[in-house]
Amino acid sequence: MAKVHQFDVVVIGGGGAGLMAGLYASKSAKTAVISKMYPTRSHTGAAQGGISAALGNYEEDKPEWHMYDTVKGSDYLGDQDAIEFMCNEAIDAVLELEHMGLPFDRTPEGRISQRPFGGHTNNETGKPVRRAAHAADRTGHMILQTLYQQCLKNKVNFFDEYQVLDFIMVNGKAAGVVAVELSTGELHTIHAKAVIFATGGYGRIFEVTSNAYAYTGDGPAILFRHGIPLEDMEFFQFHPTGIYKLGILITEGARGEGAVLINGNGERFMPKYAPTVKDLASRDIVSRAIYTEIKEGRGIGGKNFVYLDIRPETVNKFAAMDGRTNPDGSPLLITGDTVLQKIPDIVDFCRVYLGVDPVTQLMPTQPTAHYAMGGIPTNKFGEVVIDDKNTVFPGLFAAGECACVSVHGANRLGTNSLLDIVVFGKHAGLRAAEYAKTAEFEKLPEDAESASRAEFDALRKGSGKENVYDLSNEMKQVMFADVGIYRNEKDMQTALEKVRELKVRFKDVTVSDTGKIFNTELLNAWEFGNLLDVAEVIALSALNRKESRGGHSREDFPDRDDKNWLKHSLVWNRNGKLEIGYKPVVITKHQPKARVY
Amino acid sequence: MEITIKIFRYDPEKDTRGHYETYVVEGDTNDRVLDVLELVKGKTDGSLAFRRSCAHGICGSDAMRINGRNHLACKTLVRDVGTNITVEPVLGLKVQKDLIVDMGPFFDNYKMMLPYLINENPPPADGKERLQSPEQRARFDETTKCILCAACTTSCPSYWANGDYYGPAAIVTAHRFIFDSRDEGASQRLHILSETDGTARCHTAYNCTEACPRDIKITKAIGEVKMAMVTGKLD
Repeated sequence: MAKVHQFDVVVIGGGGAGLMAGLYASKSAKTAVISKMYPTRSHTGAAQGGISAALGNYEEDKPEWHMYDTVKGSDYLGDQDAIEFMCNEAIDAVLELEHMGLPFDRTPEGRISQRPFGGHTNNETGKPVRRAAHAADRTGHMILQTLYQQCLKNKVNFFDEYQVLDFIMVNGKAAGVVAVELSTGELHTIHAKAVIFATGGYGRIFEVTSNAYAYTGDGPAILFRHGIPLEDMEFFQFHPTGIYKLGILITEGARGEGAVLINGNGERFMPKYAPTVKDLASRDIVSRAIYTEIKEGRGIGGKNFVYLDIRPETVNKFAAMDGRTNPDGSPLLITGDTVLQKIPDIVDFCRVYLGVDPVTQLMPTQPTAHYAMGGIPTNKFGEVVIDDKNTVFPGLFAAGECACVSVHGANRLGTNSLLDIVVFGKHAGLRAAEYAKTAEFEKLPEDAESASRAEFDALRKGSGKENVYDLSNEMKQVMFADVGIYRNEKDMQTALEKVRELKVRFKDVTVSDTGKIFNTELLNAWEFGNLLDVAEVIALSALNRKESRGGHSREDFPDRDDKNWLKHSLVWNRNGKLEIGYKPVVITKHQPKARVY
Repeated sequence: MEITIKIFRYDPEKDTRGHYETYVVEGDTNDRVLDVLELVKGKTDGSLAFRRSCAHGICGSDAMRINGRNHLACKTLVRDVGTNITVEPVLGLKVQKDLIVDMGPFFDNYKMMLPYLINENPPPADGKERLQSPEQRARFDETTKCILCAACTTSCPSYWANGDYYGPAAIVTAHRFIFDSRDEGASQRLHILSETDGTARCHTAYNCTEACPRDIKITKAIGEVKMAMVTGKLD
């Protein structure tokens, strides 16, 4: 039988949000962090360009501008109370990371260095502002390392390489989770008063993605199966610049440092789509621009990619035309060394995967599935809310990409994801510990692991007619082609039916590995089941929303429709049947208006 | 093109010792070795076990021996290693299954280095950042790149010979803090590293530097730590 552990708070996930939650919860509650990988392997580490905060270390900036930019970036679907909260917390959050030891790059005065990013503007001039605090192009790596180090210093309990399988709820309250220890195959029950899900995203449903293999939507899928709704799942961000075919991210920071996008005619095309900020428009807009160029025959050699150009001569030419300057007012002029110093990892990726040297050659790029704006609905304290009235589910919390607060609305601004994990990870941890102070442990059910055991058994006993690898490819292809950057009724219907067909065929897979120790075949099959559940909700939500907003662009409904659709989508699983509902958007300071960059 | 990949296999629930299996798959010269492993696992033998996550050299999960040298499988392309590929687990850590080794001792050594900023003084009274010049920041830039993949430590002959040696990755971590102008724990770390299982076990074989997928000049970093131990200076 399963081993049972007891903690006041259990955090699922060892990325930025989970570590921050673990760090803060453990200050006053007995806390464990369980992670299916060693925490330093988490996908936070792949974040490159920066974390935003209106520190104003180079030029004037204010949290109010950060808030407005985020609201505008979200295409007015973000909840403004939560956005204001996050932007106000941003400065202290970034300074706290510095105090923890994070090696930010520095200004000549020794302060935290900042760079321009898409959609970050001086609200008075409309010009780009330097708001993204960075550590070269490995800011996420440094955040992950620093938070893990702080957790070690503060003796947080870790269960490394434990895969969460199920959420235990008793009397309508959280009671813990079930997990499998990868190295032994043993099931463990972690009995807890409060459970924080911080399992990250689910970009692995798409064919071309910047996301890690680990991004399989475990948290959202598990909770969805238990009747917890998922919010705004139709909104998935396609980052404009993934490495052609591989999807590996090239940070927006490259454009922040002056890189421009070039089409097959050798033209810089972004000024057509965003006359003021050009290549630094928000991601949904740049991705659609690239797609439009490709569709109209201006991809490179007619193919489905364009070039990103950071060669110094190009950068300097366009910087002069745009009147871009250094922080001291001198004209922006870069050299090959600047490129090596500012984006060393990008240079390395291009050399390794493309055989291209960005200092002298062009980088072939295409949009890549990058970030889930939707997820488990929460309030700004990380408490999971389960209906249109924001009713709190006692003891259940979520933070980071798996959650939907919603601060990103229909489109996330670059660098706000790292801010999100730090701010809401912290508050989820604090609130969970506070909850655990007064809550009692719920009595565990007789056999808490039975559902998990049944799921594993089913995967072992299928007919073997189907193969997870093939089913997975079919899902990724249909989701990328039909629920991608541009969408329409017919294609999305095809995708939804395909996903439902795959769910049926998934019952016919069988796992050949009968062992217990590191049975990754079994675990990968189980993860694929999560992706299928999430993909179905995404396709259904996208089909249902008959407008275009942020990352959700419909050819058959090309305009934003505030009259009918200025609302969040919620999808519930009611005993296997999916039910759609809505909840209002919180609007405080900024009334929706046309979105022009 | 046809790719022949010979993979070390060991299932502790079935095998008394490891053996090799050879698979032939259709692949492309631009495929990552990780893609080839995924193909074998997906289409031929699902029981093949290896760790992977980000698939682009950042998470540090998939360090392994490829044609006899330590690499990340996701950062090594078929065009770099040819179409006859041999893949084995890294050396010096216990094999748990196939290409998966026990990373416990590796992380234990990491933890020995007091791997966190030590500075008992409160942050500046204005609540702002501790100041650090770009030059001070550059001093330890190199060693902040470490992704803890263990490619260096498990390529080190001294570590193979004596598993009590903290190993190059741990020293890289120590270096990252010792030379950070904000840190005040250098003497504690240098003391730990001056013990028998510290830097004295480094015989500058340079295997670590060659193995590092992040191009960290590890032997140089270890040399700087040794120098700091001798001179007591941190510049």
